[in-house]
Amino acid sequence: MAIFPEELRYTETHEWVRTEAEGILVVGISDHAQESLGDVVYVELPEMDTEVEAGAEVAVVESVKAASDIYAPVAGKVVAVNSRLEDAPETVNNAPYNDGWIFKLQAIQAGDFDGLLSAAEYQAFCEATTQ
Amino acid sequence: MTKKTPLYDAHVLAQARLVDFGGWDMPVHYGSQIEEHHAVRKDAGVFDVSHMTVIEVTGQDATDYLDRLLANDIRKAKLPGQAIYSAMLNEDGGILDDLIVYSNNPDSFLLVVNCATREKDLAWMQQQIRSFTCEVTERPDYAILAIQGPKSIEKTRGELSIAQREATARLRIFQGVWTEGWFIARTGYTGEFGFEIILPEEDAPGFWDRLVAAGIRPVGLGARDTLRLEAGMNLYGSDMDESVSPMESNMMSTVVLPDRDFIGAAALRAQLEKGKLRKLLGLVMRSKGVLRPHYPVFCDAEKVGEITSGAFSPTLQHSVALARVLRTSDSMTVDIRGKMHPVEWMMPPFVRRGKRVQ
Repeated sequence: MAIFPEELRYTETHEWVRTEAEGILVVGISDHAQESLGDVVYVELPEMDTEVEAGAEVAVVESVKAASDIYAPVAGKVVAVNSRLEDAPETVNNAPYNDGWIFKLQAIQAGDFDGLLSAAEYQAFCEATTQ
Repeated sequence: MTKKTPLYDAHVLAQARLVDFGGWDMPVHYGSQIEEHHAVRKDAGVFDVSHMTVIEVTGQDATDYLDRLLANDIRKAKLPGQAIYSAMLNEDGGILDDLIVYSNNPDSFLLVVNCATREKDLAWMQQQIRSFTCEVTERPDYAILAIQGPKSIEKTRGELSIAQREATARLRIFQGVWTEGWFIARTGYTGEFGFEIILPEEDAPGFWDRLVAAGIRPVGLGARDTLRLEAGMNLYGSDMDESVSPMESNMMSTVVLPDRDFIGAAALRAQLEKGKLRKLLGLVMRSKGVLRPHYPVFCDAEKVGEITSGAFSPTLQHSVALARVLRTSDSMTVDIRGKMHPVEWMMPPFVRRGKRVQ
């Protein structure tokens, strides 16, 4: 069964989001997402300093099954990318909520984070959409 | 309602991820597709392929009937139980299906055809009987297991009866034998040594459990696809269908044209005469990224075709693909999400017996 850590926020496109210091948001894909994608074989990371709208395509996770777009959960600027995924894409499967993070965003409006799904809401969404 | 193979309970117990595959509940993997892939290349794996359709062709005209039905020459089968891989064509030379036919004797054959084409194939085969004295009978009461990998033969033989062990001891590659109600053949869809076993459905769960206990890893349809792609084997519905002929599907070695009058032969002769055929070939991308079906393929700036099957190759650690193209060059590229990625072309297989080819 997939894990849904309480302290994170989520999107309906299966990203998780964690607040770091000063409006910096860390983004990855949920355990539920990595489970349904299967083995990840390649992650196309965004360019540093890219400015993105909420919902824009930022990265691509390629698994044995398909190529999946990863979307910006809120508007902001890319301030870090997880370059260890270039050589170890399977980290997304093995540690989706920590070492498998994909990029960090400097959010334009720090309050946008609060509008994302809670763990309970996201879990309910996953259960409803996988029936 | 999806259909379930006799091994459904075993898959559930092994925590398989099940998907609807052509109307069947089938395991796509049991945890990690890549680990299952490596198990087949380095050791041994077992696949449940009972969703595939088994058809008997029997009767005094069975050989003549199959000679008319199939693009390959059934009379090439000289050994008892010899397997022939063939396309079954329509009158236009389009591929209705690809199949394996095992020749037991001149009036009895066993065919294994694809699951997605089952109804179409059975209807076509009935229709083509015409004045031949033969019968076409589906055998849904059989299960099929494929056991593949460098250790598969030794590990499987340990789980066979003494009589079955003796019967299979001298089988050659692409040959099978009936023994104690099971048909055991040295065939497969992975590019490795192994067996494919057609057995009564009630025997399948017990045999599966013994194979797994003997250290043969259950492998899902996900790894089956990457294994066959590395081995350069076509997948019906992706790499070929009714819109293309064997000439445009890298299948000419399975077509015997001279002095034969099989269905579609006239169309193939006309196509050869006309020329300008597309070619199904292999693409290798050494940079990062994954080639996927329908990505456009370019020679210089000109689009020359598209990918028909593509995946990350766990053995080679980069992506490989099959593509159907009008021409080739030394500077071919594939468009992945708007970016051009250089690829090299080669004739498959990419991997054979666990090793990179070239």
